[in-house]
Amino acid sequence: MLYREAGQFKATYAEDSQIFPIRQDKIGFWVLMLVFGVAVPLLTNEYWLKAILIPVLIFSLAAIGLNILTGYAGQLSLGSAAFMAVGAFAAYNFILRIEGMPFLVALVLAGLTAAAVGILFGLPSLRIKGFYLAVATLAAQFFIVWALVKFPWFSNNSSSGVVTAQDVTILGYTFATPEAKYVLTFLIVSFMALLAKNMVRSSTGRAWMAVRDMDVAAQVIGFRLMRTKLLAFAVSSFYCGVAGALYAYTYIGTVEPEGFNLDLSFKILFMIIIGGVGSIMGSFLGAAFIVLLPIFLDNVVPVIFGDSLGAGFVSNFQLIVFGGLIIFFLIVEPHGLARLWQIAKEKLRLWPFPH
Amino acid sequence: MQFFIEVLVGGLLSGVMYALVALGFVLIYKASGVFNFAQGAMVFFAALTFVGFQEVLPGWLGLEADSSVVFWLAFLLAFIAMIVLGIATERIVLRPLVNQPHITLFMATIGLTYVVEGLAQMTWGANVRGLDLGIVDEPIAWLMDNYEIGVSKFDLFAAGVAASLVALLALLFQYTKVGRALRAVADDHQAALSIGIPLQTIWRVVWAVAGFVALVAGMIWGARNGVQFALTFTALKALPVLILGGFTSVPGAIVGGLIIGASEKLAEVYVGPFVGGGIEGWFPYMLALAFLLVRPEGLFGEKHIDRV
Amino acid sequence: MARQIGDVIVDLQNISLRFGGVKALTDISFNVKEHEIRSIIGPNGAGKSSMLNVINGVYHPQEGQIFFKGALRKKMEPHEAAEQGIARTFQNIALFKGMTVLDNIMTGRNLKMKCNFLQHALYWGAAQKEEIAHRIKVEEVIEFLEIQDIRKTPVGRLPYGLQKRVELARALAAEPHILLLDEPMAGMNVEEKQDMCRFILDVNDHYGTTIVLIEHDMGVVMDISDRVVVLDYGKKIGDGEPDEVKNNPDVIKAYLGTTH
Ligand SMILES: Nc1ncnc2c1ncn2[C@@H]1O[C@H](COP(=O)(O)OP(=O)(O)OP(=O)(O)O)[C@@H](O)[C@H]1O
Ligand SMILES: [Mg+2]
Repeated sequence: MLYREAGQFKATYAEDSQIFPIRQDKIGFWVLMLVFGVAVPLLTNEYWLKAILIPVLIFSLAAIGLNILTGYAGQLSLGSAAFMAVGAFAAYNFILRIEGMPFLVALVLAGLTAAAVGILFGLPSLRIKGFYLAVATLAAQFFIVWALVKFPWFSNNSSSGVVTAQDVTILGYTFATPEAKYVLTFLIVSFMALLAKNMVRSSTGRAWMAVRDMDVAAQVIGFRLMRTKLLAFAVSSFYCGVAGALYAYTYIGTVEPEGFNLDLSFKILFMIIIGGVGSIMGSFLGAAFIVLLPIFLDNVVPVIFGDSLGAGFVSNFQLIVFGGLIIFFLIVEPHGLARLWQIAKEKLRLWPFPH
Repeated sequence: MQFFIEVLVGGLLSGVMYALVALGFVLIYKASGVFNFAQGAMVFFAALTFVGFQEVLPGWLGLEADSSVVFWLAFLLAFIAMIVLGIATERIVLRPLVNQPHITLFMATIGLTYVVEGLAQMTWGANVRGLDLGIVDEPIAWLMDNYEIGVSKFDLFAAGVAASLVALLALLFQYTKVGRALRAVADDHQAALSIGIPLQTIWRVVWAVAGFVALVAGMIWGARNGVQFALTFTALKALPVLILGGFTSVPGAIVGGLIIGASEKLAEVYVGPFVGGGIEGWFPYMLALAFLLVRPEGLFGEKHIDRV
Repeated sequence: MARQIGDVIVDLQNISLRFGGVKALTDISFNVKEHEIRSIIGPNGAGKSSMLNVINGVYHPQEGQIFFKGALRKKMEPHEAAEQGIARTFQNIALFKGMTVLDNIMTGRNLKMKCNFLQHALYWGAAQKEEIAHRIKVEEVIEFLEIQDIRKTPVGRLPYGLQKRVELARALAAEPHILLLDEPMAGMNVEEKQDMCRFILDVNDHYGTTIVLIEHDMGVVMDISDRVVVLDYGKKIGDGEPDEVKNNPDVIKAYLGTTH
């Protein structure tokens, strides 16, 4: 009887259209925010922060970006990592080249740069759909990484494009410790997730979904295809760009263009497939899953198969598990973990009296 | 001028290879509506399986490593492996996803890519291997002597093999019973089912043929560049070929392959030096993209207006 | 009767439309007057749906002119037609399958919503107010079409008849001047058809919405139409009030299939 909406009547449409109409969900959400925003940085160790929590948050942001484009607007992209690269290198150059550039402004500018590039590569979507478009996004993937390597200006003439992120300083405070970086990442990602949720539950999101589900009908109703699709590309790339900048500044510190390769793009795609296509929360679940799985396998595989197999075996085993899981989810639960979570909640709503 | 011709011919010859891989895509797409992203991984898998067997067979059978028995036995076993892979894919991936949106199937084949790559390297190891087909990579003397044009024997051989395979497939497609059934399926799944064409059998045949194509392509490319993971990226260039040629057109795949092959080499040689080189990696994609903006229906596709 | 048929609002002159070699429409002229219920009938493949698609800019005819409220209309895109107040439903349901009934109907109001995506992202003040104001309008439509109890259901889960009704709701949410309905009663049982008829008449009556209707059920067409145009093989073979059309020998022939 703990998780019920019974008795919680919605008197107004405003209440009915909240993100969490059920009171228990709202409480649960704030508890989660407190746990991850306050308790976690106080209680966990450096390994957890650096190797798990920070990357999960950053990949969640990238996954939200891809989800906006693919899950909501229905435009499959295989180039998300390239837009992360744009964000990372844009932030680096803004901070490097403009004296006194505040970090947060650089972050926004990095996102905007990625958005501009995203619009450019989104142009073909006006004329082509489906896997034609997916192949076109591969052009972005290969071209952008190549350009970042080949033109030394982007990396301030360092060899093979490797750059080291500058210190993150906001209002004179330098975010140097893992705890500080985590909290900063957490705040930025939570804020942007909220913005994304708001977009997808309002007219902007409905336009995206309408174009995704039935583009002719969407046009007949009055949506402009071009504007809607390009906005999806822009917003999506903005999110990926900011994620890329955070990846460089609060996660690994030293990045090279080749790090943002096709493999990373696929990983982000896998996050949304496993987490839930067309779900903001699913983006978090998927990112957590994909970050944790290799760590889990690294620890478990040697125990099951013995130590003698070597690193090569584990990494190939990982490939198979990743691929297999994608196929499994597409067959068994195409809406991913987010849907499973929903089903669990519905069960809980009935518990302990089913039917 | 000689140099231009050299580059052009070299490009066209490698274009034939792209066409070959693209043909594997087209076959599968026509028969099952699946855009098989894993085709590149299959090329890698096939080549690695072939050299893998070439390595282990002499030990098992007590034969010389360079005996032709080993070669053909390895070829046969690799082909069988591709057939098994095809059947397993049909069974495990395609059948449960039948009637799902195309894009879902496409994503499933991305998953399949990972599985196939993982399986290949787990079985045979990930180190780069050489592959020797017994044809040296040197200019054809006659052309060199008379016209001073360097065209590699190997490239010509590879193109010859690929071209005859393409021709063979086109014939099979046109004149055999399976080919006819396949075309019927390609035209209309539902109708084909209703007149009793066994869809699943067709799919298996098609995947097996695509596996064979992947094997041949993998062997040739492997002989050229070594059998290594990078093969998957080379094979991926069949995608822009398809965009140019259209997913359903066999002639499209061939012409598209030639265009991509020739233009990427020409671009690398004539444009590359000005921008730091290495543009082959993305040029085919950008070309396809630019082309799509002008002609979204591809070279041979018909303009299509959505019906409502 | 409260409504009064007004001036010509859509005037189609010598429209021809081809798809490759297929002549979907050949030299067709007719008009639609304000507030009337104008039906288009004809055998399968006659070009009825194509006609609607021409009116709201989905297809662009190779020849002919369209006047809308007296002004010559240049090549018009569907969303521009929507901005002019033309809404429609489709022969094969074209709802947004991944969305709930409520969201589907809300999309119908998009042209009336003015906030941009940044305001949506913040969901504060204007954006929230706007969302709620339009929700109220949408709830009126929901009530009018009696679909209150399915508002939160994903449309994919609804039976066919209800989906058709939701599609009408989405079109009505736009408060259109002209409503194009492509076989709104196809595949419905008698009771559902009666409901749909009632809704169409109510819309026409209360809001004065001009309606262009494609329907195969002759009983319904003759009952509710003011004027009927008949197509066959892309050509116009009859035009006039229901009684006129019923007695037109060409129309009778086409329907009995004595020629061709
Ligand atoms: N998008 C399109 N592409 C190609 N041909 C089309 C297209 N739309 C319609 N046609 C063709 O135009 C002709 C008229 O079709 P239309 O759908 O307008 O007929 P209809 O009168 O609505 O028939 P029905 O009663 O079956 O709905 C048909 O021959 C059809 O095949
Ligand atoms: Mg029709």
